[in-house]
Amino acid sequence: MNVLSSAILAAAPEATKVGNPWVNIGIFGLFVGITLIVVLKASSNNKTAADYYAGGRSFTGTQNGTAIAGDYLSAASFLGIVGAIAINGYDGFLYSIGFLVAWLVALLLVAELLRNTGKFTMADVLSFRLKQRPVRIAAAISTLAVCVFYLLAQMAGAGALVSLLLGIDGKLGQSLVIVVVGALMIVYVLIGGMKGTTWVQIIKACLLIAGAFIMTIMVLAAYGFNFSALLGAAVESAGTPEILNPGLQYGKSGTSKLDFISLALALVLGTAGLPHVLMRFYTVPTAKEARRSVVWAIWLIGGFYLFTLVLGYGAGAMIGAEKIKAAPGGVNSAAPLLAFELGGPLLLGLISAVAFATILAVVAGLTITAAASFAHDVYASVIAKGKSTPEKEMKVARRTVVVIGIFAIVGGIGAQGQNVAFLVALAFAVAASANLPTILYSLFWKKFTTQGAVWSMVGGLGSAILLIVFSPVMSGLPTSMIPGADFAVFPLANPGIVSIPLAFALGWLGSVLDKNTEDPVKAAEMEVRSLTGVGAEKAVDH
Amino acid sequence: MSTTEESDLGTGIDFTAEQDSEEFTELRKTHRSFVFPMAVIFLLWYFAYVLLADYAHEFMSIKVWGNVNVGLLLGLLQFVSTFGITAAYVSYSNRKLDPKAAAIRKRLEAQAGE
Repeated sequence: MNVLSSAILAAAPEATKVGNPWVNIGIFGLFVGITLIVVLKASSNNKTAADYYAGGRSFTGTQNGTAIAGDYLSAASFLGIVGAIAINGYDGFLYSIGFLVAWLVALLLVAELLRNTGKFTMADVLSFRLKQRPVRIAAAISTLAVCVFYLLAQMAGAGALVSLLLGIDGKLGQSLVIVVVGALMIVYVLIGGMKGTTWVQIIKACLLIAGAFIMTIMVLAAYGFNFSALLGAAVESAGTPEILNPGLQYGKSGTSKLDFISLALALVLGTAGLPHVLMRFYTVPTAKEARRSVVWAIWLIGGFYLFTLVLGYGAGAMIGAEKIKAAPGGVNSAAPLLAFELGGPLLLGLISAVAFATILAVVAGLTITAAASFAHDVYASVIAKGKSTPEKEMKVARRTVVVIGIFAIVGGIGAQGQNVAFLVALAFAVAASANLPTILYSLFWKKFTTQGAVWSMVGGLGSAILLIVFSPVMSGLPTSMIPGADFAVFPLANPGIVSIPLAFALGWLGSVLDKNTEDPVKAAEMEVRSLTGVGAEKAVDH
Repeated sequence: MSTTEESDLGTGIDFTAEQDSEEFTELRKTHRSFVFPMAVIFLLWYFAYVLLADYAHEFMSIKVWGNVNVGLLLGLLQFVSTFGITAAYVSYSNRKLDPKAAAIRKRLEAQAGE
């Protein structure tokens, strides 16, 4: 993820001269128009909290799975992976595998049990049988932390992306675009709630996957549908067979190899701990539909990453690494340049608009997750101590959306041009360290206690952030956040290899050392509910 | 704190007794005996692949068919295994888990409704 997003954010400050920005803006405007109509229609019956946070639990597994794919396939996945494969060859492919395999954790261990046990947020599940206040506060903090890091990276990425795709130049122009993205996102989320956001994701996912599919067919057709011939052309263009072999990017030194293991760990365990992904399991009526969602998402995401393999090598072969690197957007320009090569300004416009829509949709999904967590976990449960009404809670949620939206705009403008790759890496690492151990322990380990949960979440979050602060992404290298300083005592860019095992260990240690016992009745209830779906599926069975 | 009509069921259910019941123990065993080994297998296979890609460059670079090498083939096999495990889990759930879970759920909800 590191390189992918740094690539996006490193997108050059100048505008691309390829294609016609007005075509791009026109197609994007069309997307915004259509989705706004859909959001307005979808929002007409947003009455209860379940409507607002969970789309009334009315989505089918297929719809929700498509929306999950939409949430997951961010601009980094599309532009970043295609670019990474075009330039670094095989090592770019390694990302997509981590991103895909991670879904098995969600499918086998998390999705259905979570759907059966919770209502709206991750904290619902974590605090089910433990003490509400400490666990909810810790879970809300880590949810907000992951969302904010992810959000800032997306917003800052939006500025860089438009400079590449829409030809808007300069800091002022980019800031303006960030304001527009933020304002649009607030409108979507305020009006549409989870239902509207989900429909935006579905539309966007269909466009993205269809666009990638069409381009894949065109690339393969250019080489007589012979994959080996395509690889051969890529090697010829690159001038080295090394792009087919691993190691171009991560094989440089012992440290970089270790860094890759750390990244692989964070990727495979982070996905099932991402709060905006977890929240998607609540938008379906039953656990069986939650399963269907994940299955459908796995097929879509897997298929998409196979397309990017063809597109990446295709861009390498048809455009060439040198030309891609020299283009204004650097690595990220691989997919747009390939689109232009294959289908002229119209295909370029379509792909560009889809990439931009992707940021909008992902930001909306993150915002509603963060707002739900604040209103439901912090406000209703902790501040109002459970004495809030659903109306009051939703009012707080809506206000939180506006606050987060403004924060994202300001933060996004502030983070412009920064190396914000560490934000996304941190989001995955924090999700894997702070959230996943506690989720797995509370679902599968009877003796897990409140102290274990708090230690694991606080320890995982704290160690991940600390290690990032003292890593080369923060200081010590010319590409660091603070290039002048050097306090990088931790050599790896990704903290996962330390913080994830630490969080698991703390969860265990905190539990065995806990003198208080947890309510065995609650534990029994949670286990029976999680496996059978008692109560959670009432509305459907009767 | 309850904000919906959902999940409020359960006041009439003795969950502790249910947890110890033969039927539920059987369901838990059926669930865990599939998901745990499967999770271990795919994680081992994934990390074996990651380590090979990280430390066994020569091996991964061996050509198998045309320009397709071992690394690419193993990478594609990760896709195949992910799809395969997904399909296997769905089929297992439909056959073994869902009927057991539904039976317990129906019985408990009838209890709670009384």
